[in-house]
Amino acid sequence: MYDVVIIGGGVIGCAIARELSRYQLKLCLLEKEEDVCTGTSKANSAIVHAGFDAEPGSNKAIFNVRGSRMMEELCCQLDIPYRRCGSLVLCFDEADRPKLEQLLEKGQRNGVEGLEIVEGDALRVMEPNISDEAVAALHAPTGAIICPFTLTYALAENAAANGVEFRFNAGVEKVERIEGGFAVRTTAGTLESRVVINAAGVYADVLHNQLCGNKLRIVSRRGEYCLMDKTEGNLVSRTIFQLPSAMGKGVLVTPTVHGNLLVGPTATDQEAKDCTATTAEGLAQVSSSASRSVKKLPMNRVITGFAGLRAHIAEGADDFVIGESAENFFEAAGIESPGLSSAPAIGQYLAELVVRTLNAAEKSDFIATRRGITPLRELPFAERQAIIAADSAYGQIICRCEQISEGEIIEAIRRGARSLDGVKRRVRAGMGRCQGGFCAPRVMEILARELNLTSTELSKSGGESRLITGSTKEGWDK
Amino acid sequence: MKHVKLAIIGGGPAGLAAAAAAKKQGVNDILIIERDERLGGILNQCIHAGFGLHTFGQELSGPEYAQRFIDQVQEMEIPCLLNTMVLDLSDERVLTVTSREEGLQQIKADAVILAMGCRERPRGALNIPGTRPAGIWSAGTAQRLVNMEGMMPGREVVILGSGDIGLIMARRMTMEGARVKAVAEVMPYSGGLKRNIVQCLDDFDIPLLLSTTVVQIHGGKKLEGVTLAQVDAQRRPIAGTEQYIPCDTLLLSVGLLPENELSAAAGVALSPITGGPVVGEDLATSIEGVFACGNVLHVHDLVDFVSQEAALAGEAAARYLTAGKPQGDVISLLAEGGVRYTVPQHIRRGADTVTVRFRVGQPYRDAAVCLYADGKLLRRIPKRVLAPGEMERVTLRIADLPEDCRTIRFCIEEGETK
Repeated sequence: MYDVVIIGGGVIGCAIARELSRYQLKLCLLEKEEDVCTGTSKANSAIVHAGFDAEPGSNKAIFNVRGSRMMEELCCQLDIPYRRCGSLVLCFDEADRPKLEQLLEKGQRNGVEGLEIVEGDALRVMEPNISDEAVAALHAPTGAIICPFTLTYALAENAAANGVEFRFNAGVEKVERIEGGFAVRTTAGTLESRVVINAAGVYADVLHNQLCGNKLRIVSRRGEYCLMDKTEGNLVSRTIFQLPSAMGKGVLVTPTVHGNLLVGPTATDQEAKDCTATTAEGLAQVSSSASRSVKKLPMNRVITGFAGLRAHIAEGADDFVIGESAENFFEAAGIESPGLSSAPAIGQYLAELVVRTLNAAEKSDFIATRRGITPLRELPFAERQAIIAADSAYGQIICRCEQISEGEIIEAIRRGARSLDGVKRRVRAGMGRCQGGFCAPRVMEILARELNLTSTELSKSGGESRLITGSTKEGWDK
Repeated sequence: MKHVKLAIIGGGPAGLAAAAAAKKQGVNDILIIERDERLGGILNQCIHAGFGLHTFGQELSGPEYAQRFIDQVQEMEIPCLLNTMVLDLSDERVLTVTSREEGLQQIKADAVILAMGCRERPRGALNIPGTRPAGIWSAGTAQRLVNMEGMMPGREVVILGSGDIGLIMARRMTMEGARVKAVAEVMPYSGGLKRNIVQCLDDFDIPLLLSTTVVQIHGGKKLEGVTLAQVDAQRRPIAGTEQYIPCDTLLLSVGLLPENELSAAAGVALSPITGGPVVGEDLATSIEGVFACGNVLHVHDLVDFVSQEAALAGEAAARYLTAGKPQGDVISLLAEGGVRYTVPQHIRRGADTVTVRFRVGQPYRDAAVCLYADGKLLRRIPKRVLAPGEMERVTLRIADLPEDCRTIRFCIEEGETK
């Protein structure tokens, strides 16, 4: 019997796993897909919110502000990119200025540091490319940008290094109480555990409702995004929000830690928990709405569009559900925005609750740090030269757009990538402007070699996402 | 730092022809840098026939055509670095290159020829709504899988875009037993060569649906189908014309983009129309000693013309290495009234004859290509058919130009032909 089974390998599940791995516990994380970071965590704004918009006193406010304060050190420990670029909320109408003031006051009550209202020339100096219509803005210097993929992978790798067992392709069908704990029935067998933690994202309501009297309903709030070429990464230097207005919530325009420009999301509620299709209307709305914030939105430089699902609790308080929802059944449910920002704090908080319940002792040999996969393209010449001299696979470029070497791809596979998407999210091969046109066949070749797969076993993202149906000249002898 | 007289970036048809031409002009210290494991570039995956009619008077396959140039380069003992990627080019012509064998190093070149070719426009750039399942490939990637790896990406195929690679792949997939259900083209005409439409679609009864595009991609993990719809003159989908086609593969042949990341980083001036460097009649870019040819300069439809253009670049680089930058007044070539662009974009009076290549922006019947020197009609060339998919060319003798001419305007005039 495990001490704790965590259901869901998103950033929340992985953050909880890592925090629990500080203690002497037998831990297992279950993920229905072939890899961590395949749901909400892989398709979002990739930002750390400063924490000014949530209602003071709410879980969203508390965990956001706390998470935002933890994030920089965590990223440093886990060797992943983090940039505190700050954020601006634009106000386009003098009549809306009181709303900006309210946001400032709310942020101050939430404990967000450094908030100020900027306007006129000062605003233009900060962001020369924002719309001429912007009359003032709330500046939050603690806003930041991160890479949600590597954050999740790093948390998972570090948790695994500290003894957490990960089971993939293990979708949970049913959680039942048994003597002394729970039986967790999955598509890959049944596990027993003293404590269960529900971090199942948009599916968290299904698990919740199996064990709790009060019922939850989570709708998938689909958000569509467009990602622009790195040539456009400097259009703005901060995350640019819009003040919510009669025209809706608006979308953000932000640089990414990798140098692209990201715009989105829209917000459309849907029942389907697995539909991440973009729509013509949604993509048009991203474009028109973001065009309000910046002068010249380079829509001709879009390299990809995608949609993510936020787990939005349909009824009741508009807040995260975090805690012990039934005896020994803990959960982080309804983790929509600012979930990524809150992840470190949610992980820490839930781990503390569970540890208190199980009365677990701290390990003496916890490894707090993790080494990232060295991004060669960012290294100075001599360092890069030395790495290639030590391992020549780093000299061979596979992904031309992002300049990713074979050595980095092999390392991604050794750390758990099993598919094109797994490699792409770990080391960015195929993430550039040609979107894998050149490197996909080569990455497939490396995956086949390293994992000993046949061509028909190669997949885009595990499961049925097969890339090759067979070989040429098949059936010629018939 | 290693030093060479002439570095050629790319060992495809352009790079090979440029190297051979420069060598013939007496340049001895040449280095071809190729990122793939073999020379020949994209021709290696073009196993169909149809190459070399202009150059060799013969129908060759892509690899055969490439081999003729590879043989030349090898006979001339021109050194090549294979599996070697140029990471950076500086405006002082210092190349940073990396490879498994030789690691990371810098090479200083007295002259550089850009011959990196082009790449395909991906799905993301089109913003086609829908899911992101497995089974969506750019046509050239699928061509590589089928022709070089012997792998089939699927069996039930829809192709979006009627560029030449898409047309060729329609035939190729059919010959491998796949069912190509349709080729959809958003424009009211094909962007591919007429002969490819006949030989790759008509001969196999594959429907070409003009003014039609993919408006939705369906499927979770694996592609299940696409919704096609007709589009209006503004290329907007027309409601009510949608049709769902089940398929496991969608190939995209929606445009080629010259691959000028290195050129841009070096500060080479690029044309927003071609996506390639702005060049003079000697194919010299805005950076001294840096030349460009082939698909990195502008996308060609026939490799024969790539080879011709590249030979010109090789000769020009050789001249530059011995005589320096050529002198002479500059005449600007202006593309207007139906002509999308010209390459070169400017010529010098010191030159002898210049071949100007260009494309039209839409199809024409019974029209004329007109050249005006400073507003005065210089030449009128009647054309029965002009199509965006077919590159045009005009040869100019500098001696024929008016003495004080500063501009030559290229345009298309419709109506009666004289």
